[in-house]
Amino acid sequence: MLRNSRTEILVALVLIAPFLAIYLLVFVYPTAQMFRISFTDAPLIGEGKWVGVANYLRLLKDPMFRRAAWNTGYFVLMTVVPGTIIAMLIALGVSRLKGRFQSAVLALFFLPYILPVSVVYLIWDWTLNFQFGVAMHVLDLLGVARVPVFKSREWFLPTVALVTIWWTAGFSILLFLAGLRAIPAEIYEAASLDNATRWTTFRRITWPLLWPITSLVVTIQLILQLKIFDQVYLFSVGGRPNENMVFVYYIFHRAFEQNQGGRAAAVAVTLFVLVVVVSVLQFQLLRLTERRPR
Amino acid sequence: MTVLTARNWNFWGGIITALTVAAAVLWAFPLYWGVISSLKPDDEVVRPYIELWPETPTLENYIHALTTTQIGAWYVNSVVVAVGVTIITVFSSMLCGYAISQLRFPGRLGLWWLILASFMVPTSALIINHFVLVANLGLLNTWAGIMLPQLIHPVIIIVYKQFFDQVPRDFREAAVMDNASEFGVLFKIYMPMNWGVTTALSIVCFIWTWNAFLWPFLSVTRTEMMTITVGITQVNDAFGVYYARELSAAVLAGLPVALAYLIFQRRVTEAITLSAGIKG
Repeated sequence: MLRNSRTEILVALVLIAPFLAIYLLVFVYPTAQMFRISFTDAPLIGEGKWVGVANYLRLLKDPMFRRAAWNTGYFVLMTVVPGTIIAMLIALGVSRLKGRFQSAVLALFFLPYILPVSVVYLIWDWTLNFQFGVAMHVLDLLGVARVPVFKSREWFLPTVALVTIWWTAGFSILLFLAGLRAIPAEIYEAASLDNATRWTTFRRITWPLLWPITSLVVTIQLILQLKIFDQVYLFSVGGRPNENMVFVYYIFHRAFEQNQGGRAAAVAVTLFVLVVVVSVLQFQLLRLTERRPR
Repeated sequence: MTVLTARNWNFWGGIITALTVAAAVLWAFPLYWGVISSLKPDDEVVRPYIELWPETPTLENYIHALTTTQIGAWYVNSVVVAVGVTIITVFSSMLCGYAISQLRFPGRLGLWWLILASFMVPTSALIINHFVLVANLGLLNTWAGIMLPQLIHPVIIIVYKQFFDQVPRDFREAAVMDNASEFGVLFKIYMPMNWGVTTALSIVCFIWTWNAFLWPFLSVTRTEMMTITVGITQVNDAFGVYYARELSAAVLAGLPVALAYLIFQRRVTEAITLSAGIKG
């Protein structure tokens, strides 16, 4: 038996070796390095002097960091809350449909999620184009003045948030649908025997039973949107990137445009800690305990 | 579900269904509009009213995108990177998931917690050090460099482990007693049992990698080495204000993943639901 378990250990080591090697190289090592250089004045490539927490102290007084923090928070608020509500409403609507018809309608909502961000960018840049965009024709018909949304300070983030909701809602819809399917039909039957109204049924049955999924959707969205970069960067090109600064954009800006690896790493560590705190605070911990191996 | 069916017949149920369908059409309209615009000649694209169908449909925008940009090279880059990342990630994750689920070895729980914990780490915070790492390895502007930081999707291991967990450990022990080799058990028994999961995870891994923007954007500066997702955003100048040409490039970039989804709709939605930690 002893020999058996020794072979077992040996086999296990061989099996986990490829993953572990990649993991150490592109995950553990860069994470450790990120923390280390955040305490130095290193450029992007190369070594720097140890400066203690100076990079972090500078962040506190840095107006651009403050704007990045503010914009990220604003963006998270504008995507997570409406995005979750919209996805839930759509899922409630789609769950009523059946068979092929349901798959077809779901596909229309889901297709954007499957597309690369740059395709989403080009499509919306065209749809909302100030001169020729189809949305502007609609505004004309409604008698509303056209807005150059991606060049406007007030409209930029709300518009990018709208595009982001359009792009990512499919994922949340899918989760809500899975949640709705898990609610036993008998409960609804009982409710209808009691002549419960549609609203009462939703409030007393669907909403509470869907709550675990709702919090899952909110957490996933929250973490995803804290890391917003691609859309903001793409829509900012030729616009006002500094006004639209968000966390990851700021990391990019410091590291790749200003060649200040150390200062960028301080921002990265801040984002890192923020995301970890959010994950832990939310019920992520709950999910982890459910996944304990046998 | 039966109750909901009965409700479909009443008035409000009908209204809700109609609204859902209307919302779906409106939702997909920008996609339709993008595709239709890419089929219009230049003068029709900029007409100041809404024209739902091109008067003279044309492929000239596509021909232009294919012949004057490096879209062919970008396609090759995207395919190589996405296929490479998918094979390496899915394979190494399967091995690791199997080991954690079916074998007993020291450090097993620690490894499992490490994988779960890495779920929380934002990879976009690691871009600086990924760049330094890949630059030091001399891999900027190479396929290997684009692939390397993308080789980790802890969620794939988690899903594999869940699936392997459904097989009792005695099963493996009995097979090993019967003189099956350890690797034989994995490749001849466990892997075929889970082809469905492997296909589903491979498709979504391919889609994720195809769609990746931030890292391919940072690690490549030479136009001919770009993936298509990055490439189509970097050549605006070459197109000038020819919106239809940009859109045709966008359609070409989105087509493979859109087709992958439409063909494997069930598998894709299954894998994505699984990746959120919900058992489908």
